[in-house]
Amino acid sequence: MPSAKLIKNPKSQNDAWVLRLYVAGQTPKSVSAFANLKRICSEHLADRYRIELIDLLENPQLARGDQIVAIPTLVRNLPTPMKKIIGDLSNTDRVLVGLDLRPAPRKG
Amino acid sequence: MKSRNNVLKVAKLRALNQGDLVGTPLPKTLTGILGLDEITFGGLPKGRPTLICGGAGCGKTLMSMEFLVHGATQFNEPGVFMAFEETEEELRKNVASLGYDLKDLTDNKKLIIDYVHIERSEIEETGEYDLEGLFVRLGYAIDTIGAKRVVLDTIETIFAGLPNPFILRAELRRLFRWLKDKGMTAIVTGERGDGTLTRQGLEEYVSDCVILLDHRVREQISTRRLQIIKYRGSTHGTNEYPFLIDEDGISVLPITSVGLQHKASSDRVSSGVARLDTMLGGKGYFRGTSILVSGTAGTGKSSLAAHLIDAACRRGERCLYFATEESPDLVVRNMRSIGIDLAPWVKKGLLRFDATRPTFHGLEMHLLRMHKLVAETQARVVVVDPITSYISLGDTLEVKSMLTRLIDFFKAHQITAFFTSLTEGGSALEQSEVGISSLMDTWILLRSIESNGERNRGIWVLKSRGMPHSNQVREFVLTDHGIELLDVYIGAEGVVTGTARAAQEAKEKAEALLHRQELELKQRNLELKNQALEAKIAAMRAEFEAEREEMEREILEGKQRAGVIEQDRIAMALSRRADATSNNRPKAQRGTKNAQRETN
Repeated sequence: MPSAKLIKNPKSQNDAWVLRLYVAGQTPKSVSAFANLKRICSEHLADRYRIELIDLLENPQLARGDQIVAIPTLVRNLPTPMKKIIGDLSNTDRVLVGLDLRPAPRKG
Repeated sequence: MKSRNNVLKVAKLRALNQGDLVGTPLPKTLTGILGLDEITFGGLPKGRPTLICGGAGCGKTLMSMEFLVHGATQFNEPGVFMAFEETEEELRKNVASLGYDLKDLTDNKKLIIDYVHIERSEIEETGEYDLEGLFVRLGYAIDTIGAKRVVLDTIETIFAGLPNPFILRAELRRLFRWLKDKGMTAIVTGERGDGTLTRQGLEEYVSDCVILLDHRVREQISTRRLQIIKYRGSTHGTNEYPFLIDEDGISVLPITSVGLQHKASSDRVSSGVARLDTMLGGKGYFRGTSILVSGTAGTGKSSLAAHLIDAACRRGERCLYFATEESPDLVVRNMRSIGIDLAPWVKKGLLRFDATRPTFHGLEMHLLRMHKLVAETQARVVVVDPITSYISLGDTLEVKSMLTRLIDFFKAHQITAFFTSLTEGGSALEQSEVGISSLMDTWILLRSIESNGERNRGIWVLKSRGMPHSNQVREFVLTDHGIELLDVYIGAEGVVTGTARAAQEAKEKAEALLHRQELELKQRNLELKNQALEAKIAAMRAEFEAEREEMEREILEGKQRAGVIEQDRIAMALSRRADATSNNRPKAQRGTKNAQRETN
């Protein structure tokens, strides 16, 4: 898996969404988080996104900047406000809530 | 002062550590915190995490930061401070008051402060996660400066910031294991929970060494305490040790002194009152002993203290005067009234006053202040006047414990300590307020003796270890040249004092005069008798002389008469033409003699 790689939708004109995924090596959680993220983005954001993948094992100094504690962590830098989503992104509903792509579910 | 002490201490403890290495397999890391290294017998377990827990504001952060700062500055062990609650800027400001320059340390790569901010509202959990990010950050910081020490303060906040406590627990367990594997001597702090040492039960994970800090406020006076709950594989002091946070950082006070191995000096220290010295075996107090003077108000306790100080300053010894009820100026002025001028000693730097209201600090703070001031001034004589004002600061047990430590400290340093104790009017005089009399070597009682409508001052030595001391109750007066012990007058009801003593004195004087007069009279009589005798003898002699003269005259006359008779007889014989020589006529002579006798 490439580190700090920019995965850009080639057709994207304006990067309305900048998503940064922090992982630490190729753990199963990281791999599935990356896969889940790509799936969700392509389903919901079409070509309006950019993903930056950061492997902390290779760039440990970057952990401090975005206040990374948990791995994997997905940081939504744009649009503001900043959002953090932790975990392997397997719960799509919650990822969408976290990314403000869907209003938080109201029970009852 | 402090740094020099520290260096000595560190050297001592390093030696201790090496001894430990030989004796036990557990290596330790010095914290450099005053007193903590003593009670842990060499510091925290090396390469293992230690848990410091306690309530809010008990000094956890400060203690951990001091651990790192000392490590970086004294032991060449760089450290990483992972702060979960305060930012680097806040921390820097907080410890700047203690004289620690964190910026300098971070600039010189001796210290890294990493502020971990977790905002729950920003975080959405979407599946399984771990804390590898934290590991990476910590690992990176450690590797950057080659850290040996790590502080996680307060890692429990992570439970508030991140969901799924099960994952967090497992991850923390892994974190501590990881720290151990990396050989980090770590401090993990935790907030005290309800009935548990920490809210999240961290003590279960960090099981090598657990230190509990406590901050109590009793009657508006705060006392901080430290207790080592657990120290696996090492002996440690188990008591609650008071500790202080002041401008020099944290100092822990070992509550009990090392032992009773004080050296006993046979050197004597004058009390400053010559006749009191006489009462104390002729030479005064022993050096390095503690003296308690108790008495009711206004009996002259402080004056006695001033005498001791004056005498010590005259010998060129440094003195320290803890005034707990009066300001230094007041003490100086008051003592001037009895002819003792302490001001020059203050000016010369021989005498130092410390006037602090007892209620200003807790007991422990006072104790520490005293330790510090004694170390600073190198005093040989210390006065605490009065010691009884500390009683309000704690229960009897606490006060006694504080005083015990204080006295032990003085003894260990061969400091002559003079304590005054104010006895409440009406209470038993020989009951020292805090039950400390057993700790004292010399106990002098001052007392007002009330009789004949006046009060006079009495002094006596209740005990004085190691010397023959007077058992007499003496009266003393405060004159304009100090305390003066008066001669003893014992009346029908004990020692006579004041006017009664003066009366007794006058009476004795009168009696003495009378006696002297009687003697003179007798002497005169004797002389007269002698003269009479002499006169008689003279008279008798005169009479005798007269008689003797008479008799001698008669004898002479008798002899002459006999001569005449003889001549007459010879003449008669001649005339009768008889033998001319008298020898030839004995019969006749005899006859005449007889005849003469008859005529007589």
